Amino acid sequence: MVNRLSGSPLFKRLASSVSRGFSTSTKQASGEVSGATRNAVLATVATGGLAAWYVNLYGNPIKAVTLAEHGLHPAEYPWSHNGWLDTFDHSSLRRGFLVYKEVCAACHSLNLVAWRTLVGVTHTSDEVRAMAEEFEYDDEPNDEGEIEKRPGKLSDYIPAPYANEQAARAANQGALPPDLSLIIKARHGGCDYVFSLLTGYPDEPPAGATVAPGLNYNPYFPGGGIAMGRVLFDGLVEYEDGTPATTSQMAKDVTTFLNWAAEPEHDVRKKTGLKVLIITGTLWAISLWVKRFKWSPIKTRRIVYKPPKL
Amino acid sequence: MAISTVIYNTFFRRNSIFVGTVLFGAFAFEIGFDSTIDKFWDARNSGKQWKDIKYKYVEKDDEE
Repeated sequence: MVNRLSGSPLFKRLASSVSRGFSTSTKQASGEVSGATRNAVLATVATGGLAAWYVNLYGNPIKAVTLAEHGLHPAEYPWSHNGWLDTFDHSSLRRGFLVYKEVCAACHSLNLVAWRTLVGVTHTSDEVRAMAEEFEYDDEPNDEGEIEKRPGKLSDYIPAPYANEQAARAANQGALPPDLSLIIKARHGGCDYVFSLLTGYPDEPPAGATVAPGLNYNPYFPGGGIAMGRVLFDGLVEYEDGTPATTSQMAKDVTTFLNWAAEPEHDVRKKTGLKVLIITGTLWAISLWVKRFKWSPIKTRRIVYKPPKL
Repeated sequence: MAISTVIYNTFFRRNSIFVGTVLFGAFAFEIGFDSTIDKFWDARNSGKQWKDIKYKYVEKDDEE
């Protein structure tokens, strides 16, 4: 049947290989199991056994950390700056800075943010100047070598609530309030985590949850026991633009602000990314076209063999 | 005269003109490309940026 179908050399080659395959298999079926086959079976069994032993030993590790100790994973929230080409909601940044200044700044520093960086992002330069002047900074030494105080300038950094770590721990029962400059980058879940943490304090811990004395229960905090208590309550601050200051509104605003503090280069980064994708995409398309253009004679050529006439 | 000949005679014949065209073209392209991206960015994020809300706070300063 194969021979009847075959008109071309390809079919003939196929047919011959098929018939060879048939002949080998018939020979094996009729004869004894060869040494090579036995070795292959043994090797397969040994490999499978080794793998099963390995999985049994290491595949199901004992977890030293329970899910509660790992912390509840936050839900994903639709932040207005989530998209590849979306900037921050700057009204929200302005409200968020107010929340930081009036609530968070009592314990948390913002060491990496200078007053000047707020200009043109959340406030006008006059507003920032006025805010900076409310704080006193060390001036340069005078003629007697004494350091006097001067009002803050735009180039100063936002002052920390405590002089040093020891003072911060002493004021907070040994717990250190972390610096918030990079907190969004420094925590798994970023904005979602910080927002969930701020809004996730239940009225009382659930049954079975134990909280060490001096700690507060928050399911989003790894371990569940967090030294910071709930700080955001409805109406705690008064927004100048009339936005109702609910707990979640304040948490959303301050989280957005902290995301800006951690990523002040955010807008430039996204814009540059778009430019890079457009330029490299175009160059890629051009290079593809050039390659096909250059190769077209090679791809479309035909090699003909003319046998010499004998 | 064919268009390719015109282009060749104008831009490619003298090396100084050719290099100048490359440099000037890079400048012109960068300016145009960047401003296009900025316009797109501003249109997409209209109302969210500082320049969109700035008027609320600058006017208040003038009253003082």
